Amino acid sequence: MSLHHTKHHQTYVTGLNAAEEAYAKASGPKEKIKLQAALKFNGGGHINHSLFWKNLAPTSAGGGEIPSGALKEALERDFGSVDAFKNKMNTATAAIQGSGWGWLGYSPTTSKLEIVTTPNQDPLLSHVPIIGIDIWEHAFYLQYKNVKPDYLKAIWNVINFREAEARFLEAAKQSA
Amino acid sequence: MSGQHTLPDLPYAYDALEPFISRQIMELHHKKHHQTYVNALNAAEQAYAKASTPKERIALQSALKFNGGGHINHSLFWKNLAPAKSENKGNGGSLHEGPLKKAIVEAFGTFDNLKKEFNTTTAGIQGSGWGWLGVNPQSKRLEIATTSNQDPLLTLTPVIGVDVWEHAFYLQYLNVKVDYLNAIWNVINFEEAEKRYLDAVGGAKL
Repeated sequence: MSLHHTKHHQTYVTGLNAAEEAYAKASGPKEKIKLQAALKFNGGGHINHSLFWKNLAPTSAGGGEIPSGALKEALERDFGSVDAFKNKMNTATAAIQGSGWGWLGYSPTTSKLEIVTTPNQDPLLSHVPIIGIDIWEHAFYLQYKNVKPDYLKAIWNVINFREAEARFLEAAKQSA
Repeated sequence: MSGQHTLPDLPYAYDALEPFISRQIMELHHKKHHQTYVNALNAAEQAYAKASTPKERIALQSALKFNGGGHINHSLFWKNLAPAKSENKGNGGSLHEGPLKKAIVEAFGTFDNLKKEFNTTTAGIQGSGWGWLGVNPQSKRLEIATTSNQDPLLTLTPVIGVDVWEHAFYLQYLNVKVDYLNAIWNVINFEEAEKRYLDAVGGAKL
């Protein structure tokens, strides 16, 4: 957590600020286009990690507990059961070929909860992010080494389902 | 016959690249990560042999590319590393006078400049991937390239590959990728690199 927050996320913030300052000074389309990769990578890194910290919580603060309510109902409706949802999310996330993120997302077109992945630091654009899980090796390697499935199993103990539900209700309201 | 790949042995002991790459990393990297690519490549090839339609074959392409690339890249990697000369363990890190050194100076000005450019380019990969020094098959000159994830290097003939997936360095170097990239030059096997270079410039076109 310490490295992930104070080093990795900080680096994205610093990189994003530098890219935005350069973009503000850029004088032509070509210069602006050249800066797109830095804006996407660092911007995405900042967005993704900011969402991530908030969708985690200590077990003492409700992490891992899914309250009865709209989110739980939607998960059961769209995946059959909460366990089935977790399995599907873990399978999809573990299968990412490289670095990336696993997401539970709300589809504004189908009004359903769906599992989506994004590569590298690409932000989730096709869906409203409900829960994000970082699967870059820096997110788990020191503790879980190569055993990614153990990390994916463990993280459900600290997922902040109350934050997830707040995001879900907001997303459902926006597209109503 | 496909589906019969095996994990190649390391040409040195797991602790041979210390202090530049730790035994712990080498063990996990070889016995777990590379082994997993080998197993999954075999499974994908076996499935491909049984596939009866274009759609089924296309569906298997990403597994073949990811695991095939992983096997190719890591097999090249182990061989372009060697125990460090600076530790009196081998010839790693030592670039002697010869055709490779000449080509490096022609393409990059100095050996130090090659390292600088290579490290900057490789550190700039946005995600997982590999940094490469390779021979351009048309110009026969050395160039630096990167590939993402486990994509194999196809545009150049590989001479030196450096893994920058986080599993390659994180346990030892944490987030400080640049320290890993500086350190690894102490264990680059320039003899193997020169062999590949001479094959690439003397042999048939890619």
